[in-house]
Amino acid sequence: MSQLTRRRALGASATALAGLALTGFARTDEPSGPPTAGHSNREAHSPHSSGHTRPQPQPFDESFKGRRIQGAPSHHGGHHGVGYSVRIDGEELHVMQNADGTWISVVNHYETFATPRAVARAAVIELQGSQLEPLL
Amino acid sequence: MTVRKNQANLTSAEKRRFVDALLELKRSGRYDMFVTTHNAFIMSDTDNGDRVGHRSPSFLPWHRRFLIQFEQALQAVDPDVALPYWDWTVDRSPTSSLWAADFLGGTGRSRDGQVSDGAFAVTASKWPVSVRVDGRGFLRRALGSGGQQLPTRAEVDSVLAMPTYDTAPWNSASDGFRNHLEGWRGVNLHNRVHVWVGGQMATGVSPNDPVFWLHHAFIDRLWAQWQARHPGSTYLPATGTPNVVDLNDVMRPWNDVTPADMLDHTRHYTYDTAA
Repeated sequence: MSQLTRRRALGASATALAGLALTGFARTDEPSGPPTAGHSNREAHSPHSSGHTRPQPQPFDESFKGRRIQGAPSHHGGHHGVGYSVRIDGEELHVMQNADGTWISVVNHYETFATPRAVARAAVIELQGSQLEPLL
Repeated sequence: MTVRKNQANLTSAEKRRFVDALLELKRSGRYDMFVTTHNAFIMSDTDNGDRVGHRSPSFLPWHRRFLIQFEQALQAVDPDVALPYWDWTVDRSPTSSLWAADFLGGTGRSRDGQVSDGAFAVTASKWPVSVRVDGRGFLRRALGSGGQQLPTRAEVDSVLAMPTYDTAPWNSASDGFRNHLEGWRGVNLHNRVHVWVGGQMATGVSPNDPVFWLHHAFIDRLWAQWQARHPGSTYLPATGTPNVVDLNDVMRPWNDVTPADMLDHTRHYTYDTAA
């Protein structure tokens, strides 16, 4: 698929989610500001993209090994336009989607994971309690 | 002329001079500029957008140029230093001499991954990790802790046998030599070694670990070996490819060097044994 098509699809998904008050967090000037809480039970409301784009990953918000991990479509395209943002204890984790649909993050940059939630959990393990630094 | 040697064959004096040059680059602040550059590229190189340093055909010439620049910085400290390479198909154990205290130091301790011996241990106070993605300012490793093995020579040979340099869509989904060497597809060579080392080597700021250079010097050597095995093959794509560095396009951040300029490593250095 073309990049334009995918970005359009992601943008449309994020807009639809915003209408449902489901977007977690566009990038803001408050890097530690928590996303809207309480939507972890709404995964059924998945954005359905058109047939030739891959499904947008579900939002998530959970505690994993004592850290709060959250993921949501990002209306502003997230970092580098990935269209999905992940946070650990409120700090954004730079994530990237591969062409095959798998994900990596800046703390596991050479190993792929099936979902943003899996990449967030892997980052928590790798961090061993350490805080993410703000994105460069 | 610079001769890049297998790290396993370095003399004690060669190891010491290499380590001392690294420490001087770190002290002067020049080392961290390389870490910053690498992280900026690895975070911005995307499969569907501009991609230069990674997940693209220019992965190999970009890192060749990056290593030449780094080696020149080392040689500005000590003209007799050359980058060694780590053949991880042979020296595949955490007990290899590479990881001894007189060279790179060993794996990290279990509690927090902290490297505790050698010149790059935090306790030696000469290797602060300043360009980082989290709060930890010390070098970390977890050699082989994930239970996986480093690639074997047979796996390397299976990738060197691929006659086509790279294929559309010129990214992490590609078939061909480049992507199999990089590791996004197939037996996984380069990426797997980063993961095997662990610590900062598994992150976007992987050049924080000096083994980064030895790993990439071996990847670079495998490119030379591939060229020797496939004299009729060359860098692809040739021209007109959106978001991708074609053979005669300039590469960021230098903007004065093309993949074509990087095809013949012997203009810059040779290896201790023939490719």
